[in-house]
Amino acid sequence: MAVITYREALNAALREEMERDPDVFLMGEEVAEYDGAYKVSKGLLARFGPVRVVDAPISELGFAGLCVGASMAGLRPVVEFMTFNFAFLAIDQVINSAAKMLYMSDGQFPMPIVFRGPTGAALQLSAQHSVACETYYLHSPGVKVVTPATPADAKGLLKASIRDNDPVAFMEGELLYNFKGEVPDDDDFVIPLGVADLKREGSDVSIITHGKMVHVAMQAAAKLEKSGIQADVLDLRTLRPLDVDAILASVRKTNRAVYVEEGWSYVGVGAQIVATIQEEAFDDLDAPVLRVTQADAPMPYAKNLEMLAKPSADRVVEACRKVLYR
Amino acid sequence: MGRTRTRTKGVGTTDAFERSGVSVELALDLLRDMLLYRRFEEKAEEAYAIGKIGGFCHLHIGQEGVAAGSIKPLRPADYVISAYRDHTQALAKGVAPGAVMAELYGRVGGTSGGKGGSMHMFDHEARFMGGHGIVGAQVPLATGIAWKIKYREEDNVVVCFMGDAAVNQGAFHEALNIAAIWDLPAVYVVENNQYGMGTAFHRVSLTDMVEKASPYGIPASVVNGQDVLATYAHFRELVEEVRDGGGPRFVDVQTYRFRGHSMSDPVSGTYRPKDEVERKSQEEDPIGLLRNHLFEGGWLDQAGLEAMDEEARRIADEAAEFADSAPAPGPEALYANVWAEINRHGRLNFDGRGESPWR
Repeated sequence: MAVITYREALNAALREEMERDPDVFLMGEEVAEYDGAYKVSKGLLARFGPVRVVDAPISELGFAGLCVGASMAGLRPVVEFMTFNFAFLAIDQVINSAAKMLYMSDGQFPMPIVFRGPTGAALQLSAQHSVACETYYLHSPGVKVVTPATPADAKGLLKASIRDNDPVAFMEGELLYNFKGEVPDDDDFVIPLGVADLKREGSDVSIITHGKMVHVAMQAAAKLEKSGIQADVLDLRTLRPLDVDAILASVRKTNRAVYVEEGWSYVGVGAQIVATIQEEAFDDLDAPVLRVTQADAPMPYAKNLEMLAKPSADRVVEACRKVLYR
Repeated sequence: MGRTRTRTKGVGTTDAFERSGVSVELALDLLRDMLLYRRFEEKAEEAYAIGKIGGFCHLHIGQEGVAAGSIKPLRPADYVISAYRDHTQALAKGVAPGAVMAELYGRVGGTSGGKGGSMHMFDHEARFMGGHGIVGAQVPLATGIAWKIKYREEDNVVVCFMGDAAVNQGAFHEALNIAAIWDLPAVYVVENNQYGMGTAFHRVSLTDMVEKASPYGIPASVVNGQDVLATYAHFRELVEEVRDGGGPRFVDVQTYRFRGHSMSDPVSGTYRPKDEVERKSQEEDPIGLLRNHLFEGGWLDQAGLEAMDEEARRIADEAAEFADSAPAPGPEALYANVWAEINRHGRLNFDGRGESPWR
């Protein structure tokens, strides 16, 4: 097992899948000659050439739509959005074309395609570069949504996403790219979609989360431990398909749950998780399920306000104490 | 801009048949095709009127020359993609009339098993890549199909139809720029019936249609779509240029819709006068124009025309009979093909009804 960064793990996954299947190609802004805005595609142009690692003009709708058409015609595109915040321009092609094509054609056109890039906030990028975009993609049947938090998950899940036969929105984090972790060297290290990962085991409260908030949840769990509270930290890893069994198992063990997400609360990911828990584990609950989310306002620029807006370990601790009534 | 050139073919000519170099057999074939499209659309109109067809239903009546003339020169392995006015292009690309009609009826046996409807005809085998309902959204898709052709080093082309209103969408401009810089084998065809629903083109554009691709350096041309021979001759040449690596092309095919925008819209009214529609239907009917040419040259007589028309009506009737006798999709079809791959783990559906076969 090598210790590599999240960015290197994604790079390895892309390289391995492109070697494995000549129909896989990468297209996006700055992915080729510039080696990637966040260097995820470093070295891929040199290795695979300009037909398979393609610099697109700044036309998110255009090149996303192009890749959807290429998928219809039999290729397996990987679309890189510099951030999912820019993909709002392209979402018509994701939701109206990619997600519905198989259904509208009654099975004639499977749509293997991965849309990937960072979601959510980094540091002081303010309102238009900080949106956690998961909900927009989760709402529509026909799109799978994957949110890896660690280098190993990034590699194993990107490989699974590229091999999947449906559109996948693969959401990374700008602040995760430098994060290091152990990753198996195996070329065939694939993590199947739909399997959550218990990142920490505890019996008092379930902190359920996804993506970069896994790290906030881990910090919160460490703080709680100091007061003798043991938290489960369940990283969903993929939001559709959703590992409902893992959620229910954790909640049935602890009888208390908190959902942590980077996005807004209103009709957010947590709203779906809470609905699922109350529908299927109502009698196991000893307290209402609480959510820790971004403040219900656009992301401000000022450092102090940004800190206030984002979910923090302290706010997670506070929510856990509330559901524990202590 | 060096590559941009504008050509005009067929507009206002009366000797198109002679000039186009189309054989008599082919001309008769084109007439046969257009008669079928006309009778097919009339049948759909009739079925809509009695509630057999629902939703939005956009007919090609008046515009038959466009599909007939532009698709005929293609090979079976070439691709066609269109917007939501897509019935006759599907027929032209080889989709069975019964399958198109059954789709309109929302029945099993339709091109999409009754789940797409009028706006979403698809046929993988015929390389008919849809019927797309968002104005202009099929243009990037066509560019992607052309990208695949280039990626796999094939010698096919893709023909992408759009209405005149689509050229004001961002998707059109982004996709044409990309096709131009990467030299992709696509023919972008504006089926220019002069009105985006009820809005005349001149009200939404200061520049002429043929200029719309010039910022991207794509050669553009104009052809009279009511003159099917000119349209055919033009596309025959153009498709081969593209197939030979000439890069994308843009064509303004000028046509006219004899019906309302869709079955739920008026034929004329506040946006276009009744006498304009009447005059166009009388003077610029693509079927009438070709029939007259063939009559004048002595290549067709009234009896021959009637036999052809009878055959067209028979095919349209049979398509409607097939559609009417086909069953509606069963409830199991509701969740079929939402996903190509039901993952072994996790849950994909969240309404408590569409459980995966794995659980």
